[in-house]
Amino acid sequence: MTTANPLVRRPWRLAAEASALLIAVVVAFPLYWMVLGAFKPADEIESSEPRPWTTAPTLDSFRRVFEQQEFGRYFLNSVIVAGSVVIASALIAFLAATAVTRFRFRFRTTLLIMFLVAQMVPVEALTIPLFFLMRDMGQLNTLGALILPHLAFSLPFAIWMLRGFVKAVPEALEEAAYIDGASRARFLWQILFPLVLPGLVATSVFSFISAWNDFLFAKSFIISDTSQSTLPMALLVFFKPDEPDWGGVMAASTVMTIPVLVFFVLVQRRLVSGLGGAVKD
Amino acid sequence: MTTDTPVAAVRGRTRPADGRSRATPRPPRRTGPGPRGRAGGIPWLYLAPALVVLGALLVYPIYQLGLISLFHYTQAQVSGGQPATFEGLGNYRRLLADEQFWQVLGATVVFAAACVLSTLAVGCALAVLLTRVRALPRLALMLAALGAWATPAVTGSTVWLFLFDPDFGPVNRLLGLGDHSWTYGRFSAFFLVLLEVVWCSFPFVMVTVYAGIRSVPAEVLEAASLDGASQWRIWRSVLAPMLRPILTVVTIQSVIWDFKVFTQIYVMTGGGGIAGQNLVLNVYAYQQAFASSQYSLGSAIGVVMLLILLAVTLVYLRLLRRQGEEL
Repeated sequence: MTTANPLVRRPWRLAAEASALLIAVVVAFPLYWMVLGAFKPADEIESSEPRPWTTAPTLDSFRRVFEQQEFGRYFLNSVIVAGSVVIASALIAFLAATAVTRFRFRFRTTLLIMFLVAQMVPVEALTIPLFFLMRDMGQLNTLGALILPHLAFSLPFAIWMLRGFVKAVPEALEEAAYIDGASRARFLWQILFPLVLPGLVATSVFSFISAWNDFLFAKSFIISDTSQSTLPMALLVFFKPDEPDWGGVMAASTVMTIPVLVFFVLVQRRLVSGLGGAVKD
Repeated sequence: MTTDTPVAAVRGRTRPADGRSRATPRPPRRTGPGPRGRAGGIPWLYLAPALVVLGALLVYPIYQLGLISLFHYTQAQVSGGQPATFEGLGNYRRLLADEQFWQVLGATVVFAAACVLSTLAVGCALAVLLTRVRALPRLALMLAALGAWATPAVTGSTVWLFLFDPDFGPVNRLLGLGDHSWTYGRFSAFFLVLLEVVWCSFPFVMVTVYAGIRSVPAEVLEAASLDGASQWRIWRSVLAPMLRPILTVVTIQSVIWDFKVFTQIYVMTGGGGIAGQNLVLNVYAYQQAFASSQYSLGSAIGVVMLLILLAVTLVYLRLLRRQGEEL
């Protein structure tokens, strides 16, 4: 950690620090309001004079959420979807990133450009053909219909981001490994993979978020078997535009946000350096 | 920030810019059994899973999207009751003659542009701010931003609606707006969605630009300052040029994200606002396809989106090339 820029004069720095703290409060306020709303009793929520605290915190809203039919199931489904996407895209992207950085072959540059272009494809625009594809593959109303499209969606970006990390592993290491008699597979999984793992963690954040947040595909591909649905759909049960159950919505939102928050805090440092690295490259 | 990025090690190494000479395959370099030896089929083996997934779930659907958009394809055809009839550009003609399509397209472009500009402005300003403060305020802002970033779009949308709720929300009380409904008017509804979008997407810009500024060597800044350059001059003449690649990346990413916003609009305006006043292309395509069973029309809208983002991508590629980025 570097200290504050010594070139900035003191009164300015204090003003800057005060505004940074104020902005932090404003940015965090919606999250605070969400958690607060989850713990407020119904009469406080339905008050026209909302207070930024509560005198009688209660777990009623959470109880309503968890008593809702199959909420635990939805949570588990979300974990399965996001988990599968993260693991599968990490493994597949690692192999692909290794191929495009450690080998020279025909069409290498073409492939790289294709991966770059693929990142820009709005998957949302592909909902209709994906719907028919999932139907023909018998994946409608299954978690596969959520996992597969998100896998395709996160791969190009993951490959692109991992490239920098794979590149950074010195080639001398690879040569040394071969001289010591290691096979390609052994080098790949026992030497390269652990070295690139920090990059994989940073990359995972993006695939995790895209899968965990998925709303459109869950809405479009899980149409009749609601037991295969995910958290966003469970949340919407409490959210009826004309008369939302705000306590329930906030409690469900809290439950849905916490895993991502935990994930973020765990990888925070890696994320920042990973981003810096990927971008600098 | 710690500088444990492995990339730093790479930057000193140069490699011939092979990106420009695609036409001539380079002769295989012989360096013993090492990685630069004859690769044979191995890279393709490594690439196979990625290519299978992308081919099946990205390339093929794009082809299908184009195909469906050329047919007459509604519920009757989906259920197999009627054969799909080839229409050529009929769907596009219908779309281009549809006043609502143009209105939605215009709204999408303006809305995305407003989101991108606000996100970049807020993100860059706060990134600069982060470099001016000591560790504690920096940590506070960083954590708050990570929280906003981590919030799923669905929950972010409902929370912002709750904050701006006409009856029970704190914002109207604070501003003394009574029971003013933000989602009723077209512009205030778009504005509310914009606030949520900026809130959850500025952290990416802030963190990335901050990491970029941090990677500029302190000596460079000190030298500029010793030469008597003002803060603004330092930003304009030293930092901004060094940050240009980063700024390009975050701009393009923001364009792409904001152009295809779906969840926020869908949740916050109840599927596109009163009488569809808050529709954007994505939601419009979804409505056409899944609510009205006009699959071919929805696909045509998807093709239009694809083309617009492809154009953005080409601009991006050109920018990268001009900066001499090697692939």
